[in-house]
Amino acid sequence: MSPLGRYFHPLSPAGLWLGAAFLAVLLLLPVWGGSYVMTVATTVFYLALIGQSWNLMLGFAGLLSIGHALFVGIGAYTAAYLFAAVGLPPIVGVLPAIALAVLMGVLIGYLGFRFAIGGVYFALLTIAFAEFVRIIVDHVSWLGATEGFFLKVSSADRHGIDLVNLRGAPEMYYYLIMALALGALVLCRFLLRSRLGYYWQAIRDDAEAAEALGVNVLRYKMYAVIISSGMAGVAGVFYAFYQNSLFPEIVFNIERSIEATLGSIVGGVGTLFGPIFGTFILTPLGEIVTEAIDLLKHWGVIDPQIKLDGLKLLIWSFIVVLIVLFKPKGLWPWVCSRLRLTRPEAEG
Amino acid sequence: MAALLRVEGVSKSFRGLLALNDVSFDVAERGIAALIGPNGAGKTTLFNVIAGVFQPDSGSVQLSGAEITGRRPDEICHAGIGRTFQIVKPFAQMTVLENVTVAALHSAGAVAAARAAARGFLEMLELDTKAAQHAANLTLPDRKRLEVARALATGPRLLLLDEVMAGLRPSETDRMVATLRGLRDETGLTILLIEHVMRAVMALSEHITVLHHGEKISEGAPERIVRDPAVLECYLGDQDR
Ligand SMILES: Nc1ncnc2c1ncn2[C@@H]1O[C@H](COP(=O)(O)OP(=O)(O)OP(=O)(O)O)[C@@H](O)[C@H]1O
Ligand SMILES: [Mg+2]
Repeated sequence: MSPLGRYFHPLSPAGLWLGAAFLAVLLLLPVWGGSYVMTVATTVFYLALIGQSWNLMLGFAGLLSIGHALFVGIGAYTAAYLFAAVGLPPIVGVLPAIALAVLMGVLIGYLGFRFAIGGVYFALLTIAFAEFVRIIVDHVSWLGATEGFFLKVSSADRHGIDLVNLRGAPEMYYYLIMALALGALVLCRFLLRSRLGYYWQAIRDDAEAAEALGVNVLRYKMYAVIISSGMAGVAGVFYAFYQNSLFPEIVFNIERSIEATLGSIVGGVGTLFGPIFGTFILTPLGEIVTEAIDLLKHWGVIDPQIKLDGLKLLIWSFIVVLIVLFKPKGLWPWVCSRLRLTRPEAEG
Repeated sequence: MAALLRVEGVSKSFRGLLALNDVSFDVAERGIAALIGPNGAGKTTLFNVIAGVFQPDSGSVQLSGAEITGRRPDEICHAGIGRTFQIVKPFAQMTVLENVTVAALHSAGAVAAARAAARGFLEMLELDTKAAQHAANLTLPDRKRLEVARALATGPRLLLLDEVMAGLRPSETDRMVATLRGLRDETGLTILLIEHVMRAVMALSEHITVLHHGEKISEGAPERIVRDPAVLECYLGDQDR
């Protein structure tokens, strides 16, 4: 088999065609979709990148993080600050951004794995550190504190392509985050089939047995945290230069951390494509709900004064409950077998 | 013959319960030895001390003369001891082949080589037809076989087997016995097994150590052990209760 053939081997012919069609539609999205569709699609890939990072920890290595917004936020603030303060372009700034996000991951991982007995302590630490850093940033004036940290953009910045400074047209951001999300998919696939992937899954399923087979459990858990937090840090850099404004209450909000988990839960924790698939369902659905409410308000069906901010999250939560009840392994494995997208012997 | 494993004066207690009391014994290089005793005698606890899961309260464990007391389980695996779990611990969401590949990666450099090696161990344990199944779907005897295949795949010098024949039919027990003896004869592996199935113990072991209430009450050749009044007493006494 050719290397390329081997790469796509798990997909059935139907899966290959559908995958190619899906990719073509997305590549041509700026042609057929308006700016609104492109904004939504950019958000989808952004969340899919974070979702894959989260899935690497829980789905591959069995480590539950409920503070992934922390790694994203640290990446965002680091690159944004270095750009604003010393003019470091984000293409270089992404390195210190990754480094700081990873450092935070290592700190939490070490405290959680080295000194605590159960996995739940790690999950609690991730929440605690996210809150802790949010409160700190709230009080650091040179990071804008609660007022927010802003990156200057001129109208001239909104055209063309400047990947070094992450300045350009919406199409550039769209293709960039698409490449990053698909790059993460390729990376995850590679990792899952490497020694790391075997060891992570062994630790996830039974850490004591893995240790008896010679796996240094602490070390391989740390590798999972390092790679995952680094990926989230990259997503943060994108976020900073896409939004151009960072607020601690928004960036480090626990809602962001929960958001990071939902796509994977819906698509299938531990699967490769599940996080992307789940995000492609949830995010557009959230948009449809928001739009529908606006429309109902416009028609006077709902009192326009009523605030329904939490409704999107409520509906997402409802879907997650349904998934957990009826398709606990997520939608992607089910869709795969229903549509015969993968060969019988291969996994999702 | 020289001792590959030396257990010296090992004691271990759990919240006041003395599970092991000053236990010493040797396992000869390339030998097959058995550890027997009634339920709760401390056999599994002794395995866990050897494999690094528990620190002994006192005493030491040596492999080829090198101290391994107090090392982590993964370090002890690297030192050359492979072990199975009495209460099986399969990687449930991984396939049978992947389960063994994890172990084979210990000595193989690349994943492809580890998978190839793993297939060999599956064949040896008659699990090759189930390679693509998820371990969660195996029957208990097959899970026991998987335990053995995984422990072997780490390439150990000493193999610790904790009741791997439990649940096997007599004909299956005989095949497992033949497999283990063949391995020892061909590769020079040393085996220490805990077993209640006396059919297997008598067929395989050259040396038996008997534990009762955490103490070594007898040891020697199988023919001697089965006639030792102290050993008979402890088994019969146990049944009275
Ligand atoms: N982790 C533990 N914590 C507390 N007590 C333990 C622990 N492990 C074993 N014990 C106790 O130590 C004693 C010896 O147990 P062990 O499992 O070693 O017996 P065994 O000889 O393997 O028995 P069996 O033949 O039933 O497997 C028992 O009384 C058991 O309850
Ligand atoms: Mg036992």
